[in-house]
Amino acid sequence: MTIVAMPILIPFALAISLLVFRTPKTCRWVGPLGSLAIFVVSLALFFRLKTSGILTLNVGGWEAPFGIVLVVDYLSALMLMVSSLILIAVSLFSIRFLPDDFPLPRFYFFFFTLTMGMNGAFTTGDVFNLYVWFEVMLISSFVLITMGKKKEQLEGGIKYLALNLLGSLLFLAGLGLLYGKTGTLNMAHLAEILKNDGQALLMNTSSILFFVAFGIKAAVFPLFFWLPSSYHTPNIAITSLFAGLLTKVGVYTLIRFFTLFFVHDQQFWHNLLLIVAGLTMVTGGMAAASYYETRRILSYHIISQIGYMIMGLGIFTPLAIAGAVFFTLHNMIAKTGAFIASGMIAKTKGSFHLKEVGGLYKQNPLLAVLFIVPAFALAGVPPLSGFFAKFMLIKAGIESGSYIITTVALLTSLLTLYSMIKIWNEAFLKKQPENHENQESIKLNWADYVPLAILATASVLMGIFAATVFTYTMEAANQLIEPAIYIDMVLRNRTP
Amino acid sequence: MNSVILQIASKYVRWLLVIFSVIILIRGHNYPGGGFIGGLLAGLSLAYKGFAFTPELLKKEIKIKPEGYMGIGLILIFISIWPGVFLKTAIMQGVWFTIPFPFTEGFKFGTPFLFDIGVFFTVIGVTLLFLFSLSYEKIWK
Repeated sequence: MTIVAMPILIPFALAISLLVFRTPKTCRWVGPLGSLAIFVVSLALFFRLKTSGILTLNVGGWEAPFGIVLVVDYLSALMLMVSSLILIAVSLFSIRFLPDDFPLPRFYFFFFTLTMGMNGAFTTGDVFNLYVWFEVMLISSFVLITMGKKKEQLEGGIKYLALNLLGSLLFLAGLGLLYGKTGTLNMAHLAEILKNDGQALLMNTSSILFFVAFGIKAAVFPLFFWLPSSYHTPNIAITSLFAGLLTKVGVYTLIRFFTLFFVHDQQFWHNLLLIVAGLTMVTGGMAAASYYETRRILSYHIISQIGYMIMGLGIFTPLAIAGAVFFTLHNMIAKTGAFIASGMIAKTKGSFHLKEVGGLYKQNPLLAVLFIVPAFALAGVPPLSGFFAKFMLIKAGIESGSYIITTVALLTSLLTLYSMIKIWNEAFLKKQPENHENQESIKLNWADYVPLAILATASVLMGIFAATVFTYTMEAANQLIEPAIYIDMVLRNRTP
Repeated sequence: MNSVILQIASKYVRWLLVIFSVIILIRGHNYPGGGFIGGLLAGLSLAYKGFAFTPELLKKEIKIKPEGYMGIGLILIFISIWPGVFLKTAIMQGVWFTIPFPFTEGFKFGTPFLFDIGVFFTVIGVTLLFLFSLSYEKIWK
């Protein structure tokens, strides 16, 4: 089934086409239309998955445990769909908001290689192949961070690269150990071997290496330092791309690994995951509360909300996993939306600093409405997407008796709400500060609102049709908790 | 660097390196070698002039830009993906055919070799790009 490889091949083809057609004018078309094509393919994959079950593709015709296999189950398909929606929004946003002297062909080249790496990570069923896709993503994102050629971007980029390379090193070390112990790197084969292995405890050395590696990529509690020190430096279009996608790939792999084959020694792992989740939520939320720069506030919020996703994984009931998946999908949309909104505030007012902006509610009510949707979705106000995601997680927490993490999650919601209201008060309600009166206010074109409108609509729709999304995330969770179907489909190409 | 010996030698060593890199590329399917290492050698053969004279001269004289080499390579790689879908069962599957040649059994040519050639060109481009970027100091504002 060649369509399974399409989410990787389309960005690859688009990146090549940008090497050939290098004028900014073509990029303005190739970027959004290419993203649209990826979105359409993801939709097609999703509907194919709905009718015929898990899709697999043996690349090069090599049978499953020997060759690389691409697999699309519900988790992959949902991630692909939402991430390509974000690509559409960001590609439209970057056309309008990148400065005129920005090298647009280069930007879109690395935009699509980043997409290729991300889609590869979402679809692959092979651990080493996953490592390769992570490297593709890492290199593309490093180039994107430093693209503005400013000194602080280089500094942020080096911090980003250094810590993430450390993560890659640990990933590779864990991978080597895993291969030495089991003799395979196919995820389904690993799951099958480890399920019947009495000595699965020996896996702890590899799984802790993987946990730290993906913890760095996903920015969980003690390992998140690269994120706040690099995300505020690049252009806002690039930051919003990263905010929606990069850390979520780390979360995706954590969910994949810790449901598929690192399922031994559950007491230790789930407690560790829950402790890390709680600390991630609180530190992220607290740090966000102390800043007055929108990009920094939102960066710390990314960290805070990674905690919720890990919490779902730590509780490990079908509802909790479904909640984690729902939360990830919601967060990708809402977080990108919030960053795009902060970019629009900065464009109209000329600053990201909340002390220097104000009076936007009067000046631009449409932006206010469009900002409040992702902001309140992040805080978890009904009927937006975030409410249902948090509801599922908290219900799962109470049902399984994990009261401490549930309390922490609820209190962190308040912190999130506080930060969002802070941005709302400072940027929209407060009068324009007098010592910054003279700053030029740029009027936004209608086309500037489109990307944010897409994401805000998606967030509202995800709230209104929460039942439908819930069904699919539950499907995803059931596939993850009961990996027998996945294993049979990959290894024997049939349903049990 | 300003060494007359190196400058004269570069003229001849370049072509030796090109031939050597092509041999390495071709034998790479069954023996050590292949597109990556061949590409490095071929990139080096171009870089030789940059070492002997100045990188600016190389940049001026070079006919295809590094991005051009990478473009050619990536396009070849992209082409090599597809025959497997249409002629065999899966994507990226190897498709081989024999080109008849007098006095021999004929040459075997296939999509894995095309893939290797693609890697070869991409690596040439990357090597040149590294060389050009490392020979200037970039000013970060």
